[in-house]
Amino acid sequence: MAAFEPVLSANFGKPESHTLAVYQAAGGYRALGKALRQLSPADVQGMVRTSGLRGRGGAGFPTGVKWSFLPKDHPGPIYFCLNGDESEPGTFVNRLQMENDPHQVLEGTILSCYATRASTAYLYVRYEYPLARRRMQAAVDEAYAAGYLGKNILGSGFALDAYVHCGAGAYVCGEETGLLESLEGRRAWPRIKPPFPAVQGLFRKPTVVNNVETAACVVHIVDRGVEWFRSMGVPPDPKVLGDVGSLGPKLYGLSGHVNRPGCYEGPLGLPCRQVIEEMGGGVWKDRRAKAVVPGGLSTGVLSAAELDLPLDFVGPTRAGCLGLGTACLVVLDETYPMFDFLYNSCRFFAEESCGQCTPCREGTHWSMMILERIKAGRGRLVDLDLLLEIGDQIGITPGTTICGLADGAAWPIKTTIRKFRGELEEYIRRTNPQGHLATEPVPACVEPCEAASG
Amino acid sequence: MSTREPVLSDELRAAITALFPRYPTRQSVVLPALHAVNERLGYVPPQAVVEIADLLGLAPAQVQDTLSFYEFFPQDRPAGRFRVWMCRSISCSAREGESLLEYLAGRLGIRPGETTPDGLVTLRPAECLGACELAPAMLVNETLYADLTREKIDEFLRKVQSGQKIAN
Repeated sequence: MAAFEPVLSANFGKPESHTLAVYQAAGGYRALGKALRQLSPADVQGMVRTSGLRGRGGAGFPTGVKWSFLPKDHPGPIYFCLNGDESEPGTFVNRLQMENDPHQVLEGTILSCYATRASTAYLYVRYEYPLARRRMQAAVDEAYAAGYLGKNILGSGFALDAYVHCGAGAYVCGEETGLLESLEGRRAWPRIKPPFPAVQGLFRKPTVVNNVETAACVVHIVDRGVEWFRSMGVPPDPKVLGDVGSLGPKLYGLSGHVNRPGCYEGPLGLPCRQVIEEMGGGVWKDRRAKAVVPGGLSTGVLSAAELDLPLDFVGPTRAGCLGLGTACLVVLDETYPMFDFLYNSCRFFAEESCGQCTPCREGTHWSMMILERIKAGRGRLVDLDLLLEIGDQIGITPGTTICGLADGAAWPIKTTIRKFRGELEEYIRRTNPQGHLATEPVPACVEPCEAASG
Repeated sequence: MSTREPVLSDELRAAITALFPRYPTRQSVVLPALHAVNERLGYVPPQAVVEIADLLGLAPAQVQDTLSFYEFFPQDRPAGRFRVWMCRSISCSAREGESLLEYLAGRLGIRPGETTPDGLVTLRPAECLGACELAPAMLVNETLYADLTREKIDEFLRKVQSGQKIAN
């Protein structure tokens, strides 16, 4: 295989990489010029479809297919929303893209709007990313001044307006219909689907919601071509009906107990161990890994024995994880207690459940109350089964919630308990030597605790 | 302070009105308007909710409904001059972020979620700041502090308490 050449992160770390001048000097907006002069919107859509590009935000849905759900010959307006609400614990690469190379993200957005005939783009950036937001806004301002946004872009007749919209600290806004509700000024409660956003989205008009990294990939598909994109990653498996493979470059994130946390670019499908060892310099303090979150907390955990799995869209599912997610790995070393992981994860989802669906609102909260009780030295071994029962019953997979973020809350519970049950049982025995075998219901907390008051 | 006095200045009203052309509905301006008010006043008192609603042609309950969902806009009194969000999610927690949260709370003499009596610092735990490669991290107003240690927190507090400007 030819040496891998980074494209998504190629400008990271250059002085003034966030400015139009530096971006253009590196070939920026060449793809947009090419598309507007030589390609029709249908051509660009066709390129993205045949490239096999799958959404980088977590779900991995083929981008070109998502675009094709837009109604044909719609009189408009069609909206495009850039999902920059990256809030999945362990995930940070979209932030680095928007901070270091906002014009690449914007060029991808403009190309995606051209392909989908969208006339307005909303760039939804989470509140916690002030620098990314400022830089995206500055990029938008520069792009207007340079004629890459506005009316009659580069003399082509194509018109597009783009606005940066600021979130307000809610995880659920990353769910695409939660994001639309938030943009419309309401509580970010995900919508029941269908109708899907492509048919009825923002302001009830056809809408595309794409992730930041997905948009950036579009630039390079147009610039370097479909074959280039398909030359890296994992090709479709002909034995699996409808498999589209895991093609193209990917930004891998590494955090937790590694020597060199950071963002690294490579082809999709690298083995987990290779990313940790070669990109991240291995586990810190000469320790071994105990568990690795493959792509944001929602995906669950891989055990140390499962690290040779490839980080493609299917790999982590073979070890019982939700999927590739965001390919942002969190490494936990051999000394880290898995009870702490379970507690931290359940606390996050209990805090961030939007409260719309009862199974998620109550399930995440009761998980937390059980874990608070275990932490207080009143755990029972049967509590692990109780937690699994919750984990197995919340989400789209069992069919009890409107959005998939409930599934995300369930996966860390399911994978941690199934893969680290021995360690968790040992924790309960040690912290509750008298009562760990009890099976009768435990009386409610007498003293107020965080979970009960939250 | 009398609640009858308008709390939105003419400048603030103009800043909100200027956002109208960006969206086909007025309701979409709710969140940007709440941010604009919160940025200038440090909070969004109920009277401001009434005035935003009036400006957007909405019922105050519609604005309050959105506001209350985000748990982001204080309503009783302004947040501290320095709003500190210390991350406690997995990547930061695994690198001692939670003990640093307790340490900072102890140094400030408040619990997470509270504001110091002098109104200088509001401390809140954050659910993943998306700065995992810089863990443990905290966001102070618009400035990110990376690779935190007790020493760095001490240094931050010295600057805050001596009234020094915090780099943006």
